[in-house]
Amino acid sequence: MPLLIKNGYITEDTWQPVNQNSDHATHDQVATLEQWQQLADRNGSAVQLEPGESPGALYDHLDQIALVLVNFPAFADGRGFSYARDLRERGYSGELRAGGHFIRDQLTYLKRCGFDAFQLADDKELEGALTSLEDFSEHYQAAIDQPLPLFRRR
Amino acid sequence: MYVYDQYDQKIVDERVNQFRDQTNRFLEGKITEAEFLPLRLQNGLYLQRQAPMLRIAVPYGLLNSIQLRKLADISRKYDKGYAHISTRQNVQLNWPALAEVPDILAELAAVEMHAIQTSGNCIRNTTTDQFAGVACDELEDPRPYCEIIRQWSTLHPEFAFLPRKFKIAVCGTEQDRAAIHHHDIGIELLANAQGQVGLKIIAGGGQGRTPAIGSVICEWLDKKHMLTYLEAILRVYNQQGRRDNKYKARIKILVKAMGVDAFRDAVAAEWAAIKDGPTTLTHEEILRARAFFKLPDYDILDGEVASAQLTEQTVQNPIFGNWIKRNTENHRTPGYRIVTISLKATGFAPGDISAEQLELLADLSDTYSFGEARSTHQQNLVLADVPTARLLEIWERLQAAGLATPNIGYLTDIICCPGGDYCALANAKSLPVAEAIQSRFEDLDYVYDLGPLELNISGCMNACGHHHIGHIGVLGVDKKGEEFYQVCLGGSQAKDASIGKILGPSFQQADMPDVIDTILSTYVALRQEEETFLDTYRRVGIKPFKERVYAPAN
Repeated sequence: MPLLIKNGYITEDTWQPVNQNSDHATHDQVATLEQWQQLADRNGSAVQLEPGESPGALYDHLDQIALVLVNFPAFADGRGFSYARDLRERGYSGELRAGGHFIRDQLTYLKRCGFDAFQLADDKELEGALTSLEDFSEHYQAAIDQPLPLFRRR
Repeated sequence: MYVYDQYDQKIVDERVNQFRDQTNRFLEGKITEAEFLPLRLQNGLYLQRQAPMLRIAVPYGLLNSIQLRKLADISRKYDKGYAHISTRQNVQLNWPALAEVPDILAELAAVEMHAIQTSGNCIRNTTTDQFAGVACDELEDPRPYCEIIRQWSTLHPEFAFLPRKFKIAVCGTEQDRAAIHHHDIGIELLANAQGQVGLKIIAGGGQGRTPAIGSVICEWLDKKHMLTYLEAILRVYNQQGRRDNKYKARIKILVKAMGVDAFRDAVAAEWAAIKDGPTTLTHEEILRARAFFKLPDYDILDGEVASAQLTEQTVQNPIFGNWIKRNTENHRTPGYRIVTISLKATGFAPGDISAEQLELLADLSDTYSFGEARSTHQQNLVLADVPTARLLEIWERLQAAGLATPNIGYLTDIICCPGGDYCALANAKSLPVAEAIQSRFEDLDYVYDLGPLELNISGCMNACGHHHIGHIGVLGVDKKGEEFYQVCLGGSQAKDASIGKILGPSFQQADMPDVIDTILSTYVALRQEEETFLDTYRRVGIKPFKERVYAPAN
């Protein structure tokens, strides 16, 4: 099974990856947004967002979704950072996973935006990635991991 | 000026460690070039034609004497003994070695400096009026707000991978010296009908390939909402800005494509979700930021006596008098003047400064100006708080160091990017054009007679040399491997912002001094009474200039 970092630990992925070629996603599989919109029962569902797919479509079902996987086909495309904050600020509390081709040096930013799971393109990077998560111990801005900006804490 | 506390220091120190690790991993081949690119750019590091270039942040252009000495030191130890002031008030080193950059950053961190976000597709150094806090026409000092923006934007987790770079400028004066209409976001401190000072927010200005003047997004905003409102703008831009074509990725393209009203509505919708949230500024935070920029301990001086003495000195020494007239400005406090030190002597790259000159500046700032100096987006330096009675002393010391060129705001005070001599992006060299023009117009009487004139030169479309907003702009272009220069006229960075119009087909480098000469003599022939170059251009349009410049030789 592929490995990922979840809540700060390396663990196995229990979800089946997206299958773009199928009309429907199975219940243990991550759905594309289109597949997810056709699900009869969204309880415990998993959905993958691509850049350009605004999370707005998920807002009415946030308490039913178990996993939102934000895909980063190119690591320099930062739309997913805003998607994550939007979802968390609207109360999404399930797993929020970054997938695709982001790099470990982006982990602190991803974590601050509300991601709690990271599936790197290369499993061998995971150990190093855990240290990158600790690059910063202090931040100026409010974010999902620290709801108060520094100026309200200093 | 702002002083780090343990939090600021920790963030900058942790950034140095992070970049040291990233550089090591790159040098060991564990990070690809493509992955290292944004990491190094967001630490100000470019890989240039001959060597890397490191751009060091000078937040809103403010430096103290300790930092000036450190910059001199670093330029000697890691570079060739000089540095360059950029058009974003930053300092650039042209010859550092990649492996040594983490050490340079550590040395900078020791004097509360860094190179964070001086490049890359993120929020860049916030710039402002170089006369902030001392300008006679200032409503309120913009620097506390710049510092609040600096902290908010530093390592902002959501906005580190924007579609493109993002530049913010703030001004608090009648006369805009920060070019706020030409920034991704421009902020003006402005009183409402009740006299309460708030913020006017302008978005979608910019230079580069498609120059645009910003649109007013919010006429007046309570200061406490500054960061949440900026965050809302950035959120709209991060999600909706184009990423398919880097030449269409700036916010100006998005604002134009959506239309200002639709863009404003999108911002309002994002803002509604975060307005009054924890990022709302507290009164205490604004007071805390303002406390760092309180007035220095001025002596109580008799302004009239000081001014009479100065007049006497200038009569006795006309060369000094000329420098006073050209390079100093009125100050809010009686008995003080603002001194601008020109880094535009003919024969030196505009904005370049040697290690020795940096050290002299540090000494001068300690002796005469409360230990502080400023860099300007026109690539000069400022001592903002000089007692009028000591101007003669300071001028003598500047003159001995080759720093007393009396040309601030005139033709030869050229804004110029490093161009093809250094920059990997450039299409053409810019420094030799600047030098050829400066050499041609060495007759200062003629230069003064031309009146205030801004000549800006960029070596490529990225417009680091601000060519679109020069009264005369020069742009280096590449035509089948040969360097040519396009000229535009009528740009303005002031409140009456405008973008220059292209004169016509481009010219060879050798012809540039003649072309400029023809443009200037056309202006001289057409001007009425006290008209400046820009006034005349606006009255007569581009046609007469075009006719003269492209007239067939007889």
